Amino acid sequence: MGPRLKLFFPLILFAMLAITLFRGLSLDPSEMPSALIDQPFPPFSLPSVNTGKSLSQADIEGQVSLVNVWATWCVACRAEHPYLRQLAQSGIPLIGLNYKDQDADAQRWLEELGDPYRFNIADHDGTLGLDLGVYGAPETYLVDAAGVIRYRHVGVVNEGVWNTILQPLYQELIVHSGAQ
Amino acid sequence: MEYDSSAFISGTDSAQWRTMKSVCLLGAAVVLLFAGPTLGLVETYHFSDPKLEIRYQDLTEELRCPKCQNQNIADSNAPIAQDLRRLLHQQLEDGNSDAEILDHMVARYGEFVRYRPSFDGVSIILWLAPALLLVAALGGLLLALRSKSVANAARGTSLSVDEQARLQSLLNKAEQDS
Repeated sequence: MGPRLKLFFPLILFAMLAITLFRGLSLDPSEMPSALIDQPFPPFSLPSVNTGKSLSQADIEGQVSLVNVWATWCVACRAEHPYLRQLAQSGIPLIGLNYKDQDADAQRWLEELGDPYRFNIADHDGTLGLDLGVYGAPETYLVDAAGVIRYRHVGVVNEGVWNTILQPLYQELIVHSGAQ
Repeated sequence: MEYDSSAFISGTDSAQWRTMKSVCLLGAAVVLLFAGPTLGLVETYHFSDPKLEIRYQDLTEELRCPKCQNQNIADSNAPIAQDLRRLLHQQLEDGNSDAEILDHMVARYGEFVRYRPSFDGVSIILWLAPALLLVAALGGLLLALRSKSVANAARGTSLSVDEQARLQSLLNKAEQDS
């Protein structure tokens, strides 16, 4: 390294540091990949919110579906709800996981705001939530036809999230399961 | 004077005294009412064995709250931290080992949930980075020092012919002067 080049060393160091820190600005530390990606949906036996009928992981298998973790105490879930109804109308199978909630509150919510879910699992104590690694509602899991978790989205599902992240993965899984 | 004042208090109208007492009680009740939610945030667990309680303390300090990322589950009041504490208590009472409990948590929340991640996979970089950086820095320092001393030594031994002649003339001049 010549003596003239050596003079540029602080500038180069600064540029590297600036790039690293600038990248840090756009990283979201709360965005963590689920530990259950490519793992089977955890086994459970919980009642349905609407009918009280016992549900298990077998009820989720059979088709590619979205498992949406929601609760009536969750404000963001209310914001998310209209878009979920839209998704359900376009034929996407949605399964609700009513997380740490009261059945009566959940039933009222579904009556007032509409029910986009095929069925709702009542996880009163958050035990299934713990097995899934849920740390806050809303969260949405993409589960394939064999009942394997393929993706977890933390936060509200809206048109942007669906079009850019979830739909491509969903289509891929549909094609994949159709080929088998 | 003191006797007088106490006599004054005991001598006051008993109805007034009772009002004051009930106001105090009401105040205390109000304070307790608002203290309720804060007291309820840290739940206490009963352990069948004091050893379990010590392990519980250690593990709640090692496990990280997934929601409030810079707190461990002992410090956090987030609902998820409460759930994890309950799960931890239950698993300790079930007789699981520390390793089994940590594996159970990691299987659900990822390596992130531990403040001391395991020594494998991606986290090996975390463990080795400080030592590697130290070695690199020391190496760099050593290299810089050596090249400097080599340069100094090289400059010291070899005077050019002109320099040698100039030195000689200076020495001669000094001799003549003295």
